Amino acid sequence: MSAAGTGAAGTGAAGTGAAGTGAARSDAGPTAVHAAPGRRGVVVGPVGLAWRPRVFWYTVAALGTAVLLVVLGVAIGSTWIAPVTVVRSLLGLETGPDAFIVENLRLPRVLTGALVGLTLGVAGALTQTFTRNPLGTPDIIGVTSGASVGAVAAIVLGGGTYSVSAIVLGGGIPIAATIGALVAAVAVYGLGWRGGVQSYRLVLVGIGVSATLDAVTSYLLVRAKITAAAAASQWLVGSLSSTSWTTVWPLLVVAAIAVPLALATSAALGIGQLGDEVATGVGLAVQRHRLVVIALAVVLTAAAVAAAGPVGFVAFVVPQIGLRLAGTNRPPLLLAGALGAVLVLAADLLARSAFPWQVPVGIVTTVVGAPYLIWLLVRHRKEMSR
Amino acid sequence: MISVPAPTPALASAPDARAVDPTDALGVHRAAVRRRALVIVGLLVVLAAVAVASMLLGSNRIGVDRVLDGLTRSGSSTDEAIVWGSRIPRTFIGAAVGAALGIAGLLMQGHTRNPLADPGLFGVSSGAGLAVVIGVYAFGVTSTGATVWFALAGAVVASVVVFSVTIAGSGTASPVPLALAGAAVSALLGALTSFVVLTDQDSLDAYRLWVVGSLAARQLDVLGAVWPFLAAGLVLAVLNVRALDALGLGTDLAKGLGENIVVARLVGLGGITLLAAGATAAAGPIGFVGLTVPHVARALVGTGHRWTLPVSALVGASLVLLADVVGRLVGGFAEVEVGIVLAVIGGPVFVAVARRRSLVSL
Repeated sequence: MSAAGTGAAGTGAAGTGAAGTGAARSDAGPTAVHAAPGRRGVVVGPVGLAWRPRVFWYTVAALGTAVLLVVLGVAIGSTWIAPVTVVRSLLGLETGPDAFIVENLRLPRVLTGALVGLTLGVAGALTQTFTRNPLGTPDIIGVTSGASVGAVAAIVLGGGTYSVSAIVLGGGIPIAATIGALVAAVAVYGLGWRGGVQSYRLVLVGIGVSATLDAVTSYLLVRAKITAAAAASQWLVGSLSSTSWTTVWPLLVVAAIAVPLALATSAALGIGQLGDEVATGVGLAVQRHRLVVIALAVVLTAAAVAAAGPVGFVAFVVPQIGLRLAGTNRPPLLLAGALGAVLVLAADLLARSAFPWQVPVGIVTTVVGAPYLIWLLVRHRKEMSR
Repeated sequence: MISVPAPTPALASAPDARAVDPTDALGVHRAAVRRRALVIVGLLVVLAAVAVASMLLGSNRIGVDRVLDGLTRSGSSTDEAIVWGSRIPRTFIGAAVGAALGIAGLLMQGHTRNPLADPGLFGVSSGAGLAVVIGVYAFGVTSTGATVWFALAGAVVASVVVFSVTIAGSGTASPVPLALAGAAVSALLGALTSFVVLTDQDSLDAYRLWVVGSLAARQLDVLGAVWPFLAAGLVLAVLNVRALDALGLGTDLAKGLGENIVVARLVGLGGITLLAAGATAAAGPIGFVGLTVPHVARALVGTGHRWTLPVSALVGASLVLLADVVGRLVGGFAEVEVGIVLAVIGGPVFVAVARRRSLVSL
């Protein structure tokens, strides 16, 4: 089911476009020998990529949809703002009350949603590839459990008003969540280290650490006042209801640094899938590569969770959808990120407009994402049966 | 670790050579069987000791004599209430739940050949959780004796949905799609639970107490509700032993050995569902037992399911009871729920084991 036979005619021009300013080799010359027969390679400096038109076009389509949803997400709300006005406001051509609503109220929320989806999607693709397990979401490195302990402790021990927003705007929860996530991830990596880190051992250690941390969260929830437990439960579902520009900036910085780095590891990820012996044999510094991949997944997930709580299902379902759309043997990173943004944006739009009261976005991502995965499973009966 | 007290003459004649001499294969085999039998005897002793501790220790600190008086209904009504109303139910429920979860985890890992597989993956916990929440929200049901029926129904319905999706998707109940379908359905049900819980504080209150997993405040009627499920699940598990050993070699080899894969999978999945649903309905979702116990069992007696099945049951039962006793003692006035204790103790142990040795792989 790999794209071996698909990259033949009519892709040369598009291939050049994809490479941008780099040197694109559209003919199978001596430098393209590593690519599969009939597939064109794209070489940009030291990085060579196989040209996969399906991945490329689906990524373009997903990114386009995400942009469309950003505009729609800003336009739709308690008052309707025409998309033209939205675009003009975004470009700085509009002043007045609409521009204020766009810039200060709706845009932060929509951007947070897009960035949360992007980072969770890329992180999920990284960890699923690295563990070679479709269930290998970033949760297994302990990030989500650690962040949950931090945030729930901040909510439960720090007062416990019913509204999460009051505490979030105070800045306490994102910081507590970030600290919790990073401490947990470092603990998992440190405990998993034994003359190197193997993904199997790391996953097991991650399960142990996560289970302990989740128990602490449960304990805090059971012992808390019911109002604090309600606020904590809302955070634990994942919600965009208390976002502002202060949630956007850290997330944007992390995404701007970590996503390109993740894309740069893409080729190494493919080699890493071959197993330690082969990967080492082909010249991959396995341990360093592994540390980089884990660190990227941790940072991306921690940033997303700190901003919006653990938005359910995105990191799990989006890479699997991307994998099936693209027909590759591992989730394409950028496609997963773009699909993540689409999923979170669409879910938030639905959460804000389809119900008489505001539903946390995490509930909608799950209710939308899970049936889609089920549908894919039912449809791809031949592909999935072994 | 466990010494052989009375070696047979054949072994005694050449105790050092048996590891290297290939002609003495029968002796090696016999020694292995003897060692495993001793492991089981040892585990039975451990379980008995933990059960006695569970009878004697608790937040009501009463002595052995008063426990015995309560047991024979010859003491004060307080003693009788503590023993028959609390200690006996939770000891039996704890042992049954632990054994069921241990076996369910073993079957689950054997079928998926995935060391991460946990019975919760089949949607059992999330289905039961949603049903409990619906019971509170829509019907006002809060007593554990009534909740157990909601939890049972939810668990069974959820796992039937998971299997249907998998079979519709792949034609067989094969492991990878099953895990994916289970995770998808679990997530969906969890989201619906959150949806209810976030709109209704009574539901949240009941749910947060249920979802940690506890043996407290349960009477013997809970066991009366779930035992048919546990017994049927145990029968299916025992029937599945031979097929599991064959499946451990891979689907193709298992077919070659004459196993009917589809039947084996259905029997196994039915067993897992019944065991996990019964256990979850009785005590709430108790994590970690189904996940860790099979690893311990394989470390003790190797990979053959004829041995790991009883060992998993014994280890699971002892583990849950022990955790419950610990939770009663460390919490003081308000005891710590068994699910929390299990995770807090089990997590670091699991990490230590994962670090120390390569777990016997599947």
